[in-house]
Amino acid sequence: MKDLSRTNNPYNDEKVISQCSIFGMMDTSGKLHSGKQVITAISNMHERGNGLGGGFAIYGCYPERAEDYALHIMYHTRASRDETEVYLKRFFEIRHSEEIPTFPTPAIKNPPDVFRYFVQPKMEEVHEIISDNDLVARRVFKINTSIDNAYVFSSGKDMGVFKGVGFPEQIAEFFGLEDYYGYIWTAHGRFPTNTQGWWGGAHPFSLLDWTVVHNGEISSYGANRRFLEMYGYVCTMHTDTEVVAYAVDLLARKHELPIETVMDIFSPPVWEQIDRLETQEREYFEALRKVYGPLLLNGPFAIIVAHHGEMVAHTDRIRLRPMVAGLSGDIVYTSSEESSIRLISPDLDRVWIPVGGHPVIARLKGIPGHDIVEGGKPVGGAEPLEVGN
Amino acid sequence: MSLSTAVKEGDQISPRQVIKLDATGTYYKDLNREIRSLAQAGARKFEIHNVYGQRYLGTNLWGIKDRDKIRLKIFGTPGSDMGAFMDGPTLEVIGNAQDATGNTMNCGRIIVHGSAGDVLGYGMRGGEIYVRGNVGYRVGIHMKEYMDKIPTVVIGGTMQDFFGEYMAGGRIIVLNKFFQGNPPIRQSYFIGTGMHGGSIYVRGDVEAHQIGAEVGISEPTDDEWKIIERYVANFCSVFGLEKNQVKLLKREKFWRLYAKSKRPYGRLYAY
Repeated sequence: MKDLSRTNNPYNDEKVISQCSIFGMMDTSGKLHSGKQVITAISNMHERGNGLGGGFAIYGCYPERAEDYALHIMYHTRASRDETEVYLKRFFEIRHSEEIPTFPTPAIKNPPDVFRYFVQPKMEEVHEIISDNDLVARRVFKINTSIDNAYVFSSGKDMGVFKGVGFPEQIAEFFGLEDYYGYIWTAHGRFPTNTQGWWGGAHPFSLLDWTVVHNGEISSYGANRRFLEMYGYVCTMHTDTEVVAYAVDLLARKHELPIETVMDIFSPPVWEQIDRLETQEREYFEALRKVYGPLLLNGPFAIIVAHHGEMVAHTDRIRLRPMVAGLSGDIVYTSSEESSIRLISPDLDRVWIPVGGHPVIARLKGIPGHDIVEGGKPVGGAEPLEVGN
Repeated sequence: MSLSTAVKEGDQISPRQVIKLDATGTYYKDLNREIRSLAQAGARKFEIHNVYGQRYLGTNLWGIKDRDKIRLKIFGTPGSDMGAFMDGPTLEVIGNAQDATGNTMNCGRIIVHGSAGDVLGYGMRGGEIYVRGNVGYRVGIHMKEYMDKIPTVVIGGTMQDFFGEYMAGGRIIVLNKFFQGNPPIRQSYFIGTGMHGGSIYVRGDVEAHQIGAEVGISEPTDDEWKIIERYVANFCSVFGLEKNQVKLLKREKFWRLYAKSKRPYGRLYAY
């Protein structure tokens, strides 16, 4: 196991507290959009970050290689790249590889080398029945836990994470994100308060095509991590957001739970409220808390989780971090601040503040029963707050 | 930022002149500094257009003579902490306000034609806030009062959880969509948790499980009705509503939530 504490956790803290800006945009018709609007929106919340982390996730950005896993890897040394490429050649069929084009700006200091590889996992040395996804996830963990100074920060198909140390608008300039196109964009501006900002510690966090951007603090980090470790997840970043990404992977991808249920596990009602529910609903929440209690996320948080076809904005059950949602035609916006949505889309059909613990779910249209925008029934009659248009 | 009229240093601006500012792309510190220097030159009426997230509007007008005559009309979506620590001016938002509106406000008036976000009126110690629409979580937390300084908030719509938590003074009136002609909708949870002063007046039913253990419920007294009617009349005049509707309020189910004790935790840490 490599020593990550040098780079990201010099004081060996158990968790990291942060207070950030998050923004998400999804065109539910699947139409691709340039990064321009999202960059404008997230940079309008400049005040929420401190320049120690910015990042974006883009879905639909590699249509010409949509069948291949796109591995984005950052290297802090040349030796780490050599070592990683030997590993990649052994375990993957590399169909295309290149340095990710970057546009050096004075604001971005000492960037690592960033490369992308479009790959398929090799099955030759695998002597078990395992899905491509599980195999790729295992290889990603292997690189992240055993090769020093190399870090896979994106590993999904037809999507990509771009992140680093800087304000989000600077990161966007560095990677030239105005020229990327996607139907889902999520973005993050970071304000790390407990540890230094470093390239791997910026958001979004991702595994396969699942990404998470997060504002707040997961106070239950220790309990969540121990539960996830029993399922083989290795927390290498010592930042709280990491556990959300792995918990989503475990619950939604491996245990195949609907995303509404995943969010109910993260933010169930308090027991007092559960006691007042009708039998069926009460039993549902009781079961979730018995089986998945250790994945309850405690503390203040607002997150935007995305994977292909779906974008979910969610908060803790008493909404200790802000979240506003907006709707304009086919486009769903979610943001820490309403002003950022209105800046890029002044004429909205609907704006609302979701109830704490009840997700806003945007889905690609055309899949039967899958084109709803708001999921998760508010408990006990609480209603999302319409704030007009 | 463009000014309707160019103001040179040392100029005197008539208090009757309406100063129009375009806030497009202006950093909040620059915008607030500009407003302050214009106010120091005598300007009292402002219209600020294209506001997208600029914070702390109205905050840095402390110490200006006749600052209670300063009036800012804000078009757009002002940023968080609007009117924080404000001491006298009037802010009117044509649109929605974000979080922490009127944070620790001391004096003055905030009028929001749309809705407002979380933590409105946090630690508020004087002045008035009128919101035509709804408000978010944790509104009116730790409001306080002293002698004749009694902060008052009137909300036309409804609120979310932890309303008036740890409230120590002041008044909040929740009309729960009365002027939209709607029946009251169900209120939120954890209302007045830890409350130890002040009053919350709400239209519509409130059940015992929705309020904190420290909260009592009663009907407003006649004296309290006078206060409610006075502030609802103000609400009507700031939003241009018919004032004769105010007397219809008394037919509605209206509850007063109050602190059962001034020191609910007085014995908790005493041995």
